[in-house]
Amino acid sequence: MAGLTTEFVLEAIQSRFENEIIHTDTPYGMLTLEVLPASVPAILQFLYEDDRLRFRFLTDLCGIHYPHQTAKELGVIYHVHSLENNFRIRLKAFIPEANPEIPSVTSIFRSANWQERETFDFFGIQFKGHPDLRRILNMDEMSYHPLLKQYPLEDPTRTDKDDKYFGR
Amino acid sequence: MTEQPSQITMVGAPDGHEGQGFFATSLDKVIGLARANSIWPLPFATSCCGIEFMATMGANYDLARFGSERLSFSPRQADLLMVMGTIAKKMGPVVRQVYLQMAEPRWVIAVGACASSGGIFDTYSVLQGIDKVVPVDVYVPGCPPRPEQIIHGITQIQELIKNESLRRRHTPEYKALLASYGIE
Repeated sequence: MAGLTTEFVLEAIQSRFENEIIHTDTPYGMLTLEVLPASVPAILQFLYEDDRLRFRFLTDLCGIHYPHQTAKELGVIYHVHSLENNFRIRLKAFIPEANPEIPSVTSIFRSANWQERETFDFFGIQFKGHPDLRRILNMDEMSYHPLLKQYPLEDPTRTDKDDKYFGR
Repeated sequence: MTEQPSQITMVGAPDGHEGQGFFATSLDKVIGLARANSIWPLPFATSCCGIEFMATMGANYDLARFGSERLSFSPRQADLLMVMGTIAKKMGPVVRQVYLQMAEPRWVIAVGACASSGGIFDTYSVLQGIDKVVPVDVYVPGCPPRPEQIIHGITQIQELIKNESLRRRHTPEYKALLASYGIE
């Protein structure tokens, strides 16, 4: 099978989802698309089913928090891999912190289940349509989402560290 | 091959009155001596300190020389809980449950920086020392501690066992300690 090129993949997506794509870039040679959050499942479905593309492996799904990016504070990033063409692309979708909702992609990739739970656990992103959205890594009693930037990384119960030795 | 002189020493007798055909001492001391030299440890090993403990149990260091060759993987038969390694907050209730399942008399040793204080993992997900959930008798510093240090920690536990009242668990101090952890 002939290998895919960045131009070909971009053209294939753009011809179908012209209005859903906000921005495209190729950092370090990897095609990266910023898309509307609501359109993520449709785009991934297209990438999965299209006979030329066949992006059928979800390498990674993760979250990110940019507190200064107004109304786009939280992001979800999808890495998909076309194993047959050995070609990878990346999708990004940004959502406001006030209403952190995005459709789940578990109906397309079963493997998204735990990755979406992890992203919910650490960033509080609500994946609509997820079958069982609850914490996966942190303890169930935890009352916040620890990778949001407003929360400190260090544990407040630490007793053996004297602040003056750590410049605090 | 040269003949090595034998360096085996027996455990000494406790203080007491000796005469022809008899030896008198207190029951506390006899039982303390027996307990101290037959500790059954429960290894709760979660990371690199556990590897050092494996070396401690191996032929070079050989914890069996101190009467602890029989590891107990059931908390119900163990005397000494050895927590070796980082304890995540999610693991905290498990450590506590293991401690609760141990029968009195029971001792706890925190091996390494993580079990003692959280170590380098000053973060939201790691328990900052197992003494946040169970009382600890001896702390062994190090990251990880060498087998010699772990053995030193065990001998400190032996000293505690030898010199402790058999009625320790009935003392108000011990009851207050357990109560401060919400146990019993």
